[in-house]
Amino acid sequence: MNTSLEWIKEYVPELEVTAQEYVDAMTLSGTKVEGYECIGEDLDKVVVGQILKIEKHPDADKLVVCQVDIGKDAPIQIVTGAPNVKEMDKVPVVLSGGKVAGNHDGERVKGGVQITSGKLRGVPSEGMMCSIEELGSSREMYPEAPEYGIFIFGQDVKVGEDVAKVLGLDDIVVEYEVTSNRVDCFAVIGIAREAAATFGKEFHYPEIKATGNDEKAKDYISVSIENEELCSRYVARVVKNVKIGPSPVWMQRRLASVGIRPINNIVDITNYVMEEFGQPMHAYDISTIEDNKIVVKTAKAGDKFTTLDGQERTLDDKTLMICDGKKPIGIAGIMGGENSMITENVQTVLFEAACFDGTNIRLSSKKLGMRTDASGKFEKGLDPNQAMLAINRCCQFMEEFGAGEVVGGCVDVYPGVREGNRVVLEPGKINQLLGTDISKEDMIDYLARVDLTYDDNTGEIVVPSWRQDIHVMADLAEEVVRFYGYDKIPTTLPSGRSTTGGKSKKMIVEENARVTAHYNGFSQAMTYSFESPKVFDKLRIPKDSKLRKAVTILNPLGEDFSIMRTVSLNGMLTSLSTNYNRRNKDVRLFELGNVYLPKQLPLTELPEERMRMTLGMYGAGDFFELKGVVEDILSECGVKKKVEFVPKADILYFHPGRCAEVYLNGVKLAELGQIHPLVAANYDIKEKVYIAVIDILNLVECSNYDYKFEEIPKYPAVNRDLSMMCSKGILAGEIENCIRENAGEHLENLELFDVYEGTQIAAGYKSLAYSLSFRAKDKTMEEEEITQIMNRIIKALAKMNVELRQ
Amino acid sequence: MKEKLQQIREDATRQIQESDGLGKLNEVRVNVLGKKGELTQMMKNMKNLSAEERPAFGQMVNETRQAIEALLDETKKKLEAAELDLQLKKEVIDVTLPAKKHHVGHSHPNTLAVEEVERIFIGMGYEIMDGPEIEYDYYNFEALNIPPNHPAKDEQDTFYVNDKIVLRTQTSPIQIHAMEQGKLPLRMLAPGRVFRSDEVDATHSPSFHQIEGLVVDRGVTFSDLKGTLEEFAKKMFGEETKVKFRPHHFPFTEPSAEMDVSCFKCGGKGCRFCKGSGWIEILGCGMVHPNVLEKCNIDTEEYSGFAFGMGLERIALLKYEIDDMRLLYENDDRFLKQF
Repeated sequence: MNTSLEWIKEYVPELEVTAQEYVDAMTLSGTKVEGYECIGEDLDKVVVGQILKIEKHPDADKLVVCQVDIGKDAPIQIVTGAPNVKEMDKVPVVLSGGKVAGNHDGERVKGGVQITSGKLRGVPSEGMMCSIEELGSSREMYPEAPEYGIFIFGQDVKVGEDVAKVLGLDDIVVEYEVTSNRVDCFAVIGIAREAAATFGKEFHYPEIKATGNDEKAKDYISVSIENEELCSRYVARVVKNVKIGPSPVWMQRRLASVGIRPINNIVDITNYVMEEFGQPMHAYDISTIEDNKIVVKTAKAGDKFTTLDGQERTLDDKTLMICDGKKPIGIAGIMGGENSMITENVQTVLFEAACFDGTNIRLSSKKLGMRTDASGKFEKGLDPNQAMLAINRCCQFMEEFGAGEVVGGCVDVYPGVREGNRVVLEPGKINQLLGTDISKEDMIDYLARVDLTYDDNTGEIVVPSWRQDIHVMADLAEEVVRFYGYDKIPTTLPSGRSTTGGKSKKMIVEENARVTAHYNGFSQAMTYSFESPKVFDKLRIPKDSKLRKAVTILNPLGEDFSIMRTVSLNGMLTSLSTNYNRRNKDVRLFELGNVYLPKQLPLTELPEERMRMTLGMYGAGDFFELKGVVEDILSECGVKKKVEFVPKADILYFHPGRCAEVYLNGVKLAELGQIHPLVAANYDIKEKVYIAVIDILNLVECSNYDYKFEEIPKYPAVNRDLSMMCSKGILAGEIENCIRENAGEHLENLELFDVYEGTQIAAGYKSLAYSLSFRAKDKTMEEEEITQIMNRIIKALAKMNVELRQ
Repeated sequence: MKEKLQQIREDATRQIQESDGLGKLNEVRVNVLGKKGELTQMMKNMKNLSAEERPAFGQMVNETRQAIEALLDETKKKLEAAELDLQLKKEVIDVTLPAKKHHVGHSHPNTLAVEEVERIFIGMGYEIMDGPEIEYDYYNFEALNIPPNHPAKDEQDTFYVNDKIVLRTQTSPIQIHAMEQGKLPLRMLAPGRVFRSDEVDATHSPSFHQIEGLVVDRGVTFSDLKGTLEEFAKKMFGEETKVKFRPHHFPFTEPSAEMDVSCFKCGGKGCRFCKGSGWIEILGCGMVHPNVLEKCNIDTEEYSGFAFGMGLERIALLKYEIDDMRLLYENDDRFLKQF
């Protein structure tokens, strides 16, 4: 919403403020200003001049030398190449040292363009005559300006006057962010009412004069509404003997100031009233209306209709139409029809001011893909009481401008008159909610500023019908405090019962996982939750995998963002790929983010959201390094028992021989492995990539931060080494399990210190060497005891076909 | 005998003084005081003396021995000190050579910012909560006083899964889940991921984060809201930070406000971060709308509350002077390493 300050002052004549004071105060009382502009700011020393004499330039065919009266003692000399000036023309002249707002090509230049005197082909020139573009505006806004050349004033302007003032370019145009609850502020009078209240000045409602001849509008037209729920009011008035022509300059200027192009008197008047009251209007050529009647009703699905922009539109059964006795003549609240539009030959005009259901208009305009100025206003939900004021205002201008003869009376179909709400004024409760101490009298005064009047008999505030946002005490509290001043509310801290606060166990586990990942060189990444269904193929996820059953977004930004991820790998691999392509070396990333697993499709209840920690790396490091990181994270997250790493060959995004699932008591905590070379290739990474995925929810279940002190050993440990050889197929994990099972309670530590495969031993075999350390809590262990244990271990290993190496 | 003793003493003293190392010194000790040493030999010769002479001679030998031992010890200490000195000199290193680094990973700027906000509010007794990212329409809109067909539903450009389920457009539904649990008083902070159908550019992303706060108790006032958020702003952006509350509209709060903080880059003088205004818009807030409390079965005659919400990325971008939001989701190592 834009307004010019000059227009606001029409209704608040006592308003005397600078632009900055205005925007600051309006913002603080709730009418947020996005910004403001003053074209005239960039104009300096631009005055009305009159060309007294034009002579040929001695050295240039295309230039002329003008003597220009600028209201000073002597005329100045200006050389120009403009073709359209003649003697006695009054033109805008920028004097030497002054500034214009635009360059020769018609583009605005921020801060303006400085003009200095100089010589043109040897002849001195002390200034410049300006086009409308150089003055910072355009022919769109000033239609009287010539297409090419200098702007020429009417003879009534005074020589020497400030051009910015003459053209209204000194006006300040303010842009507001109006919130959806303040429908009334999508109108200049709404903003003006707020301005008056903000500055404590009187608000002058526009004076609407009675109009009309002795005829009766109802003799011209009848109106009926079939869908009352979609059209709460329809007012029609008639103007005959219409003379199309330009509207007065003041109206053109005001429209131009808010960016509306002046066209002709009828269009300008309806646009002006729409801006002023926020009420869109429409004008029909009454000769095109058959059977002299207007019927408001919904279309039939599939109906075609050509709007006045010449486009054919397909309607559905929810689209509300304005029809005559035979055919539709307009899409209600959105755009009129080509078949009833005003042409230059119009004799009699039917003006419409109606109130349509905001939601219906919004949905229809969305479905039709056409958002017009009118639909933009209607979809906010208008006050039907404005319609009559607006249409009378419109007829008043028609009469005042001599644009036609207004027919007396109107046709008004208004089935359910809308009354304003009433809300009990409870000053005690308002003060309690705000933490203030404002007197009842002051409250009544603040509320009265925006026409919220106090009914002494009932103790209620009477809310005008244009304020559809006020229903309860809290709404009145806001109205009071807006004008009392948010800055005057004291600052306190809540004084109620205290609360402990803090984080859930899941959050603490996540925090510890994050910190441990950092210690291991992993930086935190964030990726999107939605992705393309193509990632399943990229990740080699089998066609029948339940991971392919993903939550689908109905209205995604595109296929690439259309499903909610069920696996977390794509985001990580994409990020690693980005780094790889940018030649970043040895990259380690992790992400904490949800995957979304639907319980069934289509979705009837919310999917399961599982927080996953995904670690990914390439460059330095291998499987075992990542395995160590996973172990560190599990341990720092309170997993005290030894977890089991189970090799897996059937996770297709991993290398079949280099991946494992991690279990504790049958609960899967994680999976990790080298990414399958085909998958890595799908992400254009030509190095080995390792990924681990930890399921945070399962981790939380296995997590226990309850620590118990164990006494520091008093007795010495006894160490033994075991060197062995076995077939490659036997897993180190199996050997370790065997040793642990047979070593008994005194085995304190078991460590692999050497693995060898190669020429020194038989093909298909490997050699492993472990160091074992035994300790008893209550004694020094005897040689004999240790030997017994070692023999037991060696025997058990032998059963697994693991031989001792001497 | 006496002369001999004197001779031994003099010889030993000379030899000790001439010793240039601990090895040499030990040789002297052995030669003089050892089992076969000269002084020990003298003691053995004592048996040849008369009973009257023995005590006096024994005393003399002991004196000599003590004197030599004292000198030996003193010299040993000197030599040891000299040797240590020499060793330390040999061990001099160039401490300006580069460090041996263990590479530590870095936090995401979003996480840095959210942790700072969480710390402040946990200190004020707030519990950190979360909620589902895929959410029922009811929690995302209706319970928050946004009825079906409300224009706000369009404004927020919602991603729909079906007519009842959406990707949450705000963290406010977590308020509803928290209030439905029925435990009062309630002080909660809920950071989380939200979704809106905005195309990706330097200042927009279809997926971003918000932080939601809610307090419900008896007698909670707008002045409590102001005080709490002013405290937050000072802790987050510096003690000298000023705040400004402007009226605004949110369906789920009434009265509502937006809070600006004095620009923490220029201190309010006006710079490119605050677009010359001296103020930066940080969050939206207000008193919980009675309709919202009622939907959660909270008695509005007894209880009131305030709520606030802020965009995490906005704070991270401003605070760390990041000029393009896309950097947050690209995960370039060279970017992440800076935090």
